[in-house]
Amino acid sequence: MDKNTATEKNTTIIKNATCTFCGCVCDDMELTVDLDEKCIIKSKNACVLGKAWFSEHSVDESRPVALIDGKEASLEDAIEEAAQILVNARFPIIYGLSDTTSEAQRQAVAMADYLSANIDSTSSVCHGPTGMGLQGVGEPTTTLGEVKNRADMVVYWGCNPTDCHPRLSTHFTVMPKGMYIPNGRKDRTVINVDIRSTSTTNIADLFVQLKPGSDYELLSALRSISRGRRLNPSIEEQTGVPMATIEDVAHRLMSCNYGILFFGMGLTMTRGRHYNTGALHLLAADLNEHTHFVVKPARGHGNVTGADTVMSWQTGYPFGVNFNRGYPRHEPGEFTTTDILVRGEADAACIIASDPIANFARPAIEHLKKIPVISFDPKPTPTSQIARVALTTACYGINVPGTVYRMDDIPIPLRPAFESPFPSDLDILKPLTERIRELKAH
Amino acid sequence: MSSTLRIVNGKVYDPANDIDGQVRDVCILDGKIVDSVPEDAPTIDAHGMVVMPGGVDIHCHIAGSKVNLARKFQPEDHRYDPHPGTEYTRSGSGGVVPSTFATGYRYATMGYTTAMEAAVPPLSARHVLEELEDTPIIDKGYYVLMGNNSMLHQLLEKGRMEEFREAVAWWVKATKAYTIKLVNPGADEMWKGKKNANITALDQKIHAFDLTPRKVIKALIDVANDLGLPHPAHIHCNNLGHSGNYETTLETMRTAEGRRVHITHIQFHSYGGEVGKNPVSAARAISDFVNDNPNISADVGQVMFGKSVSMTADAPLAWMLRHVKERKWINADTECESGCGIIPFEYQQHVYTHTLQWAIGLELFLMAKDPWRMVLSTDHPNGGSFLNYPRLIRLLMDRDFRNQEATRVNQKAIGKTSLPDLTREYSMQEIAIVTRAGPARLLGLKNKGHLGVGADADITIYDEMDNKEEMFNAARFVIKDGHLFIKNHEFCADHSGRIFHIAPEYDKSIENEIRSFFDDYYSVQFDNYPVSDTHVHNTEVIANIPVT
Repeated sequence: MDKNTATEKNTTIIKNATCTFCGCVCDDMELTVDLDEKCIIKSKNACVLGKAWFSEHSVDESRPVALIDGKEASLEDAIEEAAQILVNARFPIIYGLSDTTSEAQRQAVAMADYLSANIDSTSSVCHGPTGMGLQGVGEPTTTLGEVKNRADMVVYWGCNPTDCHPRLSTHFTVMPKGMYIPNGRKDRTVINVDIRSTSTTNIADLFVQLKPGSDYELLSALRSISRGRRLNPSIEEQTGVPMATIEDVAHRLMSCNYGILFFGMGLTMTRGRHYNTGALHLLAADLNEHTHFVVKPARGHGNVTGADTVMSWQTGYPFGVNFNRGYPRHEPGEFTTTDILVRGEADAACIIASDPIANFARPAIEHLKKIPVISFDPKPTPTSQIARVALTTACYGINVPGTVYRMDDIPIPLRPAFESPFPSDLDILKPLTERIRELKAH
Repeated sequence: MSSTLRIVNGKVYDPANDIDGQVRDVCILDGKIVDSVPEDAPTIDAHGMVVMPGGVDIHCHIAGSKVNLARKFQPEDHRYDPHPGTEYTRSGSGGVVPSTFATGYRYATMGYTTAMEAAVPPLSARHVLEELEDTPIIDKGYYVLMGNNSMLHQLLEKGRMEEFREAVAWWVKATKAYTIKLVNPGADEMWKGKKNANITALDQKIHAFDLTPRKVIKALIDVANDLGLPHPAHIHCNNLGHSGNYETTLETMRTAEGRRVHITHIQFHSYGGEVGKNPVSAARAISDFVNDNPNISADVGQVMFGKSVSMTADAPLAWMLRHVKERKWINADTECESGCGIIPFEYQQHVYTHTLQWAIGLELFLMAKDPWRMVLSTDHPNGGSFLNYPRLIRLLMDRDFRNQEATRVNQKAIGKTSLPDLTREYSMQEIAIVTRAGPARLLGLKNKGHLGVGADADITIYDEMDNKEEMFNAARFVIKDGHLFIKNHEFCADHSGRIFHIAPEYDKSIENEIRSFFDDYYSVQFDNYPVSDTHVHNTEVIANIPVT
């Protein structure tokens, strides 16, 4: 680790630290750490979201490591209680996983296997339909560095990276100079497609505003043009986009040297879902008949990509996996967490590094409140407040080393800034899994 | 605590030590083969059984970024082939691209105890190492892609050979790889350009560089030899799958100029005929060259009928296959380092080309004079799953079975090959060579592939049966590092296996130059790129060969 001890305060500087706030996983942070106060006082190179992430994750040593039914408990007692809850459940579910290390994710899948439990990540409520689009039609894709080096056409469709992934454009895709993009921004065209203008519209050369819910139609229209077919004029009425604009966009996409379509939850969580993502992937595939074209979801949480990746290598499936027959099965809609909760099937839940009580649909929350919940989180959350067993954990990237997978599947190492008195997710999952195996063996 | 075991009454096949089916004891102490163990050591009675070293797969695709994409995008591949856990083992899913746990257990069930993942971009090193850690029982390692590396291209075009060598050594060490892999060298620059093009000749200019594939190939063969890597440069030649490509393959082998090189899945590179027309067999020309040049080794990359997945760093190849049948397709570009393409595929007996590929693979096996240098692979899962190995072994050992199978395939294609005239049958000893002793020797793994004193106690015991497919399908006992973990066909323990890598020395001053390239063209920080020693567990550094 690169540590340069400064003289005045008891501080240290961590170079090349990694920010795990969003899927960009920027690994060029320079953190100034106050070792006495256990907090980060400066985060050079971080965006506004990263700065908040680093400054807000100080350690409150007065918090108990565990609560059982709201009362302070030892870690050992909490693990025992958690193991008993999970082993005695008929349909235990494990959920979350997008804000923890891949090491902890691997252990969580192992635990699900030994428990014959259901396991699912926050993918199922964000880019799950992207995974389903991939399963249906494939995906031409790339790493972010190739975008920097080659892409002269960047499309942001149904996403707003300027607010949600602030460094995506400035560090990776639009502003930087690259191997074949000597002038940076000047050498690129940026197109923004959305139902309303956002901060991202301000950095675009062309903004295409379409009617809500007409993404699939507009994507299909662009595919038709790229395949040399004529459009039915009703497309203007369906999408609200003038024919001339559709043709202009299609021809720009077809004539670039290296193009990329970034997209977000404007496609995955609106009408059409995996049909939208499938159509988008196919548009990129079709454009390869004219030029080199790729596609990339702008993934949200720091290691949500890792959750998909780890679950795929251990089970064959990216999310929504059920082990209750003794082997993994995958069925979005059946084994995805909100659906299980809404149907009232789960009778115990282990929530790792996520906050469903704050985010899920009302009927899912209602059921979650009725069953015993075990929560892992560095901070008190609405979920930890209803949990039977609430565990306080160290924060990945800030206190915990390990690997996270960037939105383009590139594994990035973490350089923790300071030690936390609390255990990591992995530190708890390992003995918890061991205890579950012991209890199951009897 | 020491653990001992004695295997008695088995017919032992240990070609590296010239033991060819003699009945003799094999003794194990603390994970190694020893001369003798105390009288009261536990024994396995292998009467009526065949004892061999554990199998070694020199070339397969079992872990890492492209394998995982292939898993992720084919739920239909797993759904009908679940892999339940046992008291000792984890569950998983099967199919042509199994989950990591299923991969390890299924290799072990066949009696394989070592397997090498054959193509990973350096940027994904951590990923493949994490997956390999989750691949149980077997020992493993991986080959790192170097044939389309922009920084290395830059050094090479300027003729800076010293720096080139140091940079290669840095890269291999930083990524904890086992050797250098080349895939369609020079093609990625063309592929990532506007025309999605491919490179077609060894002396063609690589787009944007004053360089040709031949120069890249020569330089990397030389570096691997100069550094004394235990396994030489592992090459997937240009023009894979194209009619007439055998000439490219011959040229690639000539480029080695007598130095060690491994040509992988050579079947896919042994086609005659004209570009764009139906291929014919050029197995004879390729086989003659390999037979005559002891510096060359190869694995076959046999095609087996049924489901496969084409997954390759050769992105233009996958693009070509996409046009054969417009199926779902993955392309994955890696900055400055690699391309990748994935297509689900099926080899069908009635199709001319597929039959020809099947027959050429068998020709290459049956024409090989030195089985130590023409070893068994299906380029799993490209030519078919590794689960086809037992069937492939039967095709090699049983002429009647082979002839019977040859009546079911495209007869026009069979007529263009010499397969009907090849009467050779592989002996048990030759099978032990192409599946164990040969690959271990080619990999430079001194403790693998044999049962001599000091070898790792990785041992497979098969029931001796007339039907060799049934025999090799499931070993009765499998021992890894001295531990019995398959007993009477059932798992009785779990085991994690080791990860092999090499760590060549390099001149530290090269790091500054690579760092500045990273600052300009990579999306990760130079300091975050090398895989630290604490990142992976259970690793073992395999020493370089002393260079004279």
